[in-house]
Amino acid sequence: MSRLKSGAQIVLQALIDQKVDTIFGYPGGAVLPIYDELFSSEDIRHILVRHEQGAVHAAEGYARASGKPGVLLVTSGPGVTNTITGLADAMMDSTPLVCITGQVPTPLIGTDAFQEADTVGITRPCTKHNWLVRSVDDLPRILHQAFHIATSGRPGPVVVDIPKDVQFAKGNYRRPTPEMLKCYQPQLKGDETAIEEAVDLMLSARRPIFYTGGGVINSGGRACTLLRELVQMSGYPITSTLMGLGAYPASDPQWLGMVGMHGNWEANHAMHKCDVMINIGARFDDRVTGRLDAFSPHSKKIHVDIDPSSINKNVRVDVPVVGDCANILEVMIKVWKDKAVRPSGSHEVEDWWAQIEQWRARKCLAYQDSGNVIKPQYALERLYALTANRRDVYISTEVGQHQMWAAQYYHFQEPRHWVTSGGLGTMGFGLPAAIGMQIAHPDKLVVDVAGEASALMTIQEMSTAVQYNLPIKIFILNNQYMGMVRQWQELIHGGRYSHSYSESLPDFVALAQAFGAHGIRAENKAELDSKIEEMIEIDKPVLFDCRVDPHENCFPMIPSGAGHSEMLLSADPDERTAVSKEDKTLV
Amino acid sequence: MAYSPVPDTGESERHVITVLVDNEAGVLARIAGLFSGRGYNIDTLTVAEVDADAHTSLITVAAIGTPMVIEQIKAQLGRLVPVREVVDFSMDIPHVEREMALVKVVGTGEKRVEALRLSDAFRARVLDTTHSSFVFEITGASDKIDAFINLMRPLGLQEISRTGVTAIARGANTNEQE
Ligand SMILES: Cc1ncc(C[n+]2csc(CCOP(=O)(O)OP(=O)(O)O)c2C)c(N)n1
Ligand SMILES: [Mg+2]
Repeated sequence: MSRLKSGAQIVLQALIDQKVDTIFGYPGGAVLPIYDELFSSEDIRHILVRHEQGAVHAAEGYARASGKPGVLLVTSGPGVTNTITGLADAMMDSTPLVCITGQVPTPLIGTDAFQEADTVGITRPCTKHNWLVRSVDDLPRILHQAFHIATSGRPGPVVVDIPKDVQFAKGNYRRPTPEMLKCYQPQLKGDETAIEEAVDLMLSARRPIFYTGGGVINSGGRACTLLRELVQMSGYPITSTLMGLGAYPASDPQWLGMVGMHGNWEANHAMHKCDVMINIGARFDDRVTGRLDAFSPHSKKIHVDIDPSSINKNVRVDVPVVGDCANILEVMIKVWKDKAVRPSGSHEVEDWWAQIEQWRARKCLAYQDSGNVIKPQYALERLYALTANRRDVYISTEVGQHQMWAAQYYHFQEPRHWVTSGGLGTMGFGLPAAIGMQIAHPDKLVVDVAGEASALMTIQEMSTAVQYNLPIKIFILNNQYMGMVRQWQELIHGGRYSHSYSESLPDFVALAQAFGAHGIRAENKAELDSKIEEMIEIDKPVLFDCRVDPHENCFPMIPSGAGHSEMLLSADPDERTAVSKEDKTLV
Repeated sequence: MAYSPVPDTGESERHVITVLVDNEAGVLARIAGLFSGRGYNIDTLTVAEVDADAHTSLITVAAIGTPMVIEQIKAQLGRLVPVREVVDFSMDIPHVEREMALVKVVGTGEKRVEALRLSDAFRARVLDTTHSSFVFEITGASDKIDAFINLMRPLGLQEISRTGVTAIARGANTNEQE
């Protein structure tokens, strides 16, 4: 029998066996035994954040940029409650996280002890699964199960809550065994008959479109390669959700740009008019579908998803295929080749492409540039132009107009280079996420495209970036408004800008200096390029205060309660359809 | 509120669904939380351990929803890690459903006699009796119990305790995973 280990030692051993080399965390009374083990550990690097929400977002950034699970360690009570936003974010965006939390000693549970919170109760709805570990004998199994559940099937965050007495108690460590992982075995292989039916439908299409999502990226590099193969073999157009950007290269002519509320004109119109929709790893989210009864009314729909509950949740589909999309894409390609009744790019879909080119010709991302004022779109075009030649630029964002502009004007060629808060829409996500991305890719350029309001939500993590020499670039499109809120107030609430002005902003350059980082401000077009170059060159965390036109709005836009064919291209009132009273209640 | 309301125009139906779960701490909270969190309607819910060696419990839920919602309920239940199996008895599975109720009727004279007479017609058992009260035990399909309770109302019905519905497939077939 092996030597007995303490619960805290078991935690570290399990992390090592799960190939974890970095964790994000913040100490406190209920996790001190684990911190004590970290003190002498040479295998695990601990990144001390400044707020537990930062630890979760950093772990998310790390996970999404690397493909490995993000791991974090926090104390009981307030440590845990501070993680809730991040856990909910990871749950929505299917990000694999293992969150280890300290808990008050077992005998004190239920007594309202100091820093006690019902962690499994509070985190239940925002985790894929969670555990309270009542005995050190259960600890190795639960930890290995935690990694298994977080990373397999549809990934997600899990919480392992470990009372302090369990961290001290001695027990046997066990390595992961197949027996332990039996508790969760998601379906990975797609049903072959369904796949065949899907391919038949694809082959019969005259107005097909691929609609792909974050599921392809979560599935892995193989899925992205196979997706490219299938799309190119078919010659069909492809669009993707916000979460799926990068799975298919934006430079390819078959790429129509992003779909959804702020998606491209051609992508949304093609979704509306298609006869066969091939959904791979997307979930018919309301930001994508718009008004459901107007959503792609004439199409047959194929839906490939690893989560059976995503099928028929919002939109009825004709051919569901449950499983891992890499496996399914592989079979699809094989079946397609077997049935190869026509060469790719044949004339069956020529008319469709002609129609799409007409939509494309609308140039929906064109904007009114100005002489000297920096338009936010222009700033992103320049950021892209000045960074795209470098291989491997990693972009995170906060939430708001800047996020949508980044999705529209930064073009992604590879998966895992774009990390944004899609499902929860969490302001304050991007800065700590950039920290995690920079740790995953120490030598790459990592830029958080931020808004001035969002950046202030987790600005304390600049201190983390400085401590660990993480040269992240916080590129703030400072429009002095909660721009997205202001845009809705302009369009829906009669221009009554209730509390959406960013009052009393800090001097971001001075703030950067106060943190020991580097501050840059750009106020006009003439100086923008050189300032962006300066940001790229400097080997330090940077806060970049990019002063942009405060009144710019984000288009195209599908207003509340509208369908894909009712997109707005500008704020021009002639173009605007009045939003009905009923639709105002929608978010 | 979603961006756009779901045009789910289906008619609501009541489905009896059994959920075989690992009998671990908090599993009932996961199921109940799923229903409340996603706004599904539960009519009844019962739970008890069914296999001590395998540590499994069976939860029986009578849920109300449109076909689309019922399909979601089953898929969402299936997604929970401790859930081993979900069976919807209302989907063409020949089965029996039973519920038990304890019904207290207080009264004297004519009404008391009538209550006893009716209980006999419903094959309810008298579990407890005083000069002015009965406690009946009645087992049957939910609508039979509803009918009995309605008949007892004018006869001095005081208290009802119902177990909620439980179900099992007819014949030699089992619904458990092999
Ligand atoms: C934590 C959180 N609170 C509130 C919101 C609602 N919200 C969405 S966008 C936005 C404004 C963001 O402002 P800013 O960061 O300056 O970005 P901009 O839209 O101006 O580019 C707000 C308040 C949110 N998404 N997240
Ligand atoms: Mg702003």
